[in-house]
Amino acid sequence: MDKYLEMIRIRFLMMLAYRTNYYTGILIYAINIAAYYFLWSAIYGGKQTMQGMSMEQMTTYVAISWMARAFYFNNIDREIAMEIREGNVATELIRPYSYLGMKTMQGLGEGIFRLLFLSLPGLLLVALFLPLRFPTDAHTWIFFILSIALSFVINSELNLLAGIVTFFTLNNEGLLRAKRFVIDLFSGLILPISFYPDWAQAVMKYFPFQGISYIPSMIVTESFQGQAIIDGLLFQFVWCALLIIPIRLLWRAAKKRLVVQGG
Amino acid sequence: MESGEKAACRSRRVSRVLRIGFFQYMAQYMKTKLQYRADLLVEFVSDLMSQAANLVFLLVVFGHTSLLHGWTRDEILFIYGFFLVPYAVFGAFFNIWDFNERYIVRGEMDRVLTRPVHSLFQVILERMELESLLGGVTGMIIMAYAGARLHLSLHWYDIFLFILFVLGGALIYAGVFVSLATISFWSDARTSIMPMMYNISNYGRYPIDIYHRVVRYILTWILPFAFVGVYPASYFLGKKEWYGYAFLTPIMGIIFFAIAVCLWNAGVKRYRGAGN
Repeated sequence: MDKYLEMIRIRFLMMLAYRTNYYTGILIYAINIAAYYFLWSAIYGGKQTMQGMSMEQMTTYVAISWMARAFYFNNIDREIAMEIREGNVATELIRPYSYLGMKTMQGLGEGIFRLLFLSLPGLLLVALFLPLRFPTDAHTWIFFILSIALSFVINSELNLLAGIVTFFTLNNEGLLRAKRFVIDLFSGLILPISFYPDWAQAVMKYFPFQGISYIPSMIVTESFQGQAIIDGLLFQFVWCALLIIPIRLLWRAAKKRLVVQGG
Repeated sequence: MESGEKAACRSRRVSRVLRIGFFQYMAQYMKTKLQYRADLLVEFVSDLMSQAANLVFLLVVFGHTSLLHGWTRDEILFIYGFFLVPYAVFGAFFNIWDFNERYIVRGEMDRVLTRPVHSLFQVILERMELESLLGGVTGMIIMAYAGARLHLSLHWYDIFLFILFVLGGALIYAGVFVSLATISFWSDARTSIMPMMYNISNYGRYPIDIYHRVVRYILTWILPFAFVGVYPASYFLGKKEWYGYAFLTPIMGIIFFAIAVCLWNAGVKRYRGAGN
């Protein structure tokens, strides 16, 4: 356990060394949210609510989704792909820890760093000039924190899956890009799932994507109440557990047919 | 007299280097691409998916409203279709997302600098992704669909303006992203600016008048992505109030790309190589 905590710490410190880069990131993040705010204002066009959400809730939804994204987003799929292409994965595999576990911990270190140095200052900056409304109820915050932790797990599991697929295709830049776009769209990052037509919502119930962004954002904007919160968290839990199965199976198959290029 | 001959000889040699260099890069490019055939297909499909994602956003939103600040669904689709064309040209020739990782951190830049062709030109050739041009075809299909529903009438010279606007838009994109890539010369830290800038660039494809004037100013003069989508597209949509901006597109493209090249040259001068 200690070694995994150490991995989080080291990745965090590694990111910390480059923190100056994030000052511009905060500014760009703010511009990003603001532009979405204007887009949604135009979409609301004076309407009080759309799909049960007020303009204020929608603004908060957008700001929080992007903040959360900085936390759960990581490039471990790309890192795995690169380590396979360069053959480094061979040395990683003989080390005394789980390779996938290490990757996840590095992603967590990175996420915590971005949360502290990008998301929180960015959110404060945005709150200065946009009408955001945060919940005052402590329970909502607890549910949100739980939900966002599960978001990280689901997103990392999907990243690990995509990374492992690299073992079979060797160069899967296109696949990684496609995965990113599917997640941006169907996770509810750019559009709450409740805006989709009913049939699409029904289909999306069978995919893990809304567990990444939609559920935590709906919880924190208080668009989910009571049973909806519990259902959302359960949905996330179930997917966290389910996704372990394909990862295990693929990882076992991948190790068997690992070809270290140039080796 | 003698120096003139020398110069002529040198320019002949440079042009030969350029010509050979270009075709060799092309041949090498085809070889590497065909090596990973399955990946080529995946990449093409992923391009289509990314456009589908954006279209889904528009279509879903217009399922709840009929006008976006006075712009109809088809007008906004048309702007999006147009935006895809310069974006595809940019994507095909300026694939510099991972410049920092690939050239600075791993020291590839040292190799590039030992060669007798401008380093930016080499990086562009090495990282060409011509299959991105297919995205432009999708864009034109969307424009044709939206244009037909809007009953747009075109003049014979509109095709030339279209090409000019597309080149201008692609140069603006190239200018911004090459400038960002040059940050690597000053600091080899990893940065998340590029993907974020990509998000910002998307706002150029919505009507500029929905934004606050500060944002409008930024999208026009500082990160001029409005010139990639809404301004030039307004010309074809016959929105006369934006004509002035539409015709500025190629000029903005040249200015921003020139700035990027200057930054690049300054960066190369300052570059000390990887390692010690």
